[in-house]
Amino acid sequence: MGGRWRTASMAVAAFVLLVLAWELAKLVLPADGVSLGGTRVLPRTDDAAMPHVWTVIAQLGRPEVAVPGARPVGLAVAAAALFTLGLALGGLLLGAVLGAVLALVMLRFALVERATLPYVVASQTVPLIAIAPLVVGWGGRIAIGGWVWQPWASVMVISSYLAFFPVAVGMLRGLSSPAKADVELFHAMAASWWTTLRRLRLPASVPHLLPALRLAAAAAVVGAIVAEISTGTRGGIGRLIIEYAQSATGDPSRMYAAILGAAVLGLVAAGAVGLLDVGLRRYRGSVR
Amino acid sequence: MTGGAGTTAVRLSGLDKAFGPVEALSGIDLEVAGGEFVSLIGPSGCGKSTLLRVVADLEKPTAGTVEVGGKTAERARLDQDYGIAFQQAGLLEWRTVAENVELPLQVHGVARAERRKRAGELLELVGLADFAGSRPGQLSGGMQQRVAIARALAPSPKLLLMDEPFGALDEMTRERMQAELLRIIGETGAAVLFVTHSIPEAAVLSDRVVVMSARPGRITDVIDGCRPRGGAALAGQGVDGAEVVADEVDDVRESTAFFASITAVREALRKGHG
Repeated sequence: MGGRWRTASMAVAAFVLLVLAWELAKLVLPADGVSLGGTRVLPRTDDAAMPHVWTVIAQLGRPEVAVPGARPVGLAVAAAALFTLGLALGGLLLGAVLGAVLALVMLRFALVERATLPYVVASQTVPLIAIAPLVVGWGGRIAIGGWVWQPWASVMVISSYLAFFPVAVGMLRGLSSPAKADVELFHAMAASWWTTLRRLRLPASVPHLLPALRLAAAAAVVGAIVAEISTGTRGGIGRLIIEYAQSATGDPSRMYAAILGAAVLGLVAAGAVGLLDVGLRRYRGSVR
Repeated sequence: MTGGAGTTAVRLSGLDKAFGPVEALSGIDLEVAGGEFVSLIGPSGCGKSTLLRVVADLEKPTAGTVEVGGKTAERARLDQDYGIAFQQAGLLEWRTVAENVELPLQVHGVARAERRKRAGELLELVGLADFAGSRPGQLSGGMQQRVAIARALAPSPKLLLMDEPFGALDEMTRERMQAELLRIIGETGAAVLFVTHSIPEAAVLSDRVVVMSARPGRITDVIDGCRPRGGAALAGQGVDGAEVVADEVDDVRESTAFFASITAVREALRKGHG
């Protein structure tokens, strides 16, 4: 547990350092930035470009609109982040299941691996913004039972599109990680393919799977935010960032508050995977 | 002795194995009796490991027949009639020592309580009862290899296949493990097919030493070994078997019969090489 606390305190220290660096930049660098031969190499540091950290924090407490009883910005950011977190976690779950199934199929049928792996890699080079309208378009025609496709479902699917990739690649690698001698031992014990999978390959895949899931969690959050923006889904942090950016050109602190919310959201999603890490501790040191 | 003395543990006749154009094994005829300890020795590439792997049904022979305990090699593998140990202990890191020993039983659907009990007995047998809950990584190389042997013995096989199981151990540990192995198989009565590079190891452990030669892999000679048998018989009668066998093995290592065996094996190897 000592190591865990140290990791946590290092993360806090890094955050404090970042805040200090931000404020130091504002203090030391000229407000117009630094230009070399007409090209600006360091950004402007005036309050319109880089608001003080405390301005951003104070912004969280201010009402969203100048109407009595309006909710504060902090609450709006938190609600939006929570909404997006739900979609991102859904996307992560969907992507993880998809990636795991894909890895299993690729493991079982070498031909499938050779045939699909290039496409799995290629899938990640297609820009998300190009896919978003397609998913929305397809989704619009889907009605399962009495359930009509909702915009948030599109966001979840797009988010899973980013999340499945690291899981598929990491898990395939993990499943093929046992040494030849270990696989032969299972064969000598007359273990079936499924038994070998359950008792050898799956446990051996955990050390590869956990970092893959952490990448997938981050990707799912990015996917969800970008998907919200490009599908125009309301209620999430992606939309909020755009709204704040448009409405408050004179005061960027509000947009930074929303970005802060997005960052915390990413940390929470990665933290959720960290919980899994604790649960699977006994399998962690098994990379050979 | 509970083993299948009197029956045949392994019977190979007219066995050929080719990997493409390479003749790994050619015209192998070999019989291992129940409870017998047979070593395979020879230069690298003589096919001794391949021979073991054919018996284990990890390789299919190109020609000839393989019988393991009167069954086909595949049937014997499916019935878990043999236990196998390799040079690397190959323990699963995420399992405790006891869970590693239980693995073959778990694979074959033996109930948990029975598995536990059997693993306890086996760890007692290999002298590691105190380490049942440890992780393999916490054990020394020799201890890990003993766990691997316990695992191989878990389904009570009549035959133990061992591919240089002590090859990665230092000389002192190796000699101690040899005495341990003789005691253990003396108590279980299993036949052993044992691949080794070490002439003294083959001589001290074996009833018979099978000398092989390369290109093509074939049997060139069979020499009598000096396996001591007295202590194992006493072991069941309230005597400290480990002590007795260790003394016996020490005696064998200093006996003229042992040196005669070593000389005979060495000459057979040289002859096969020329």
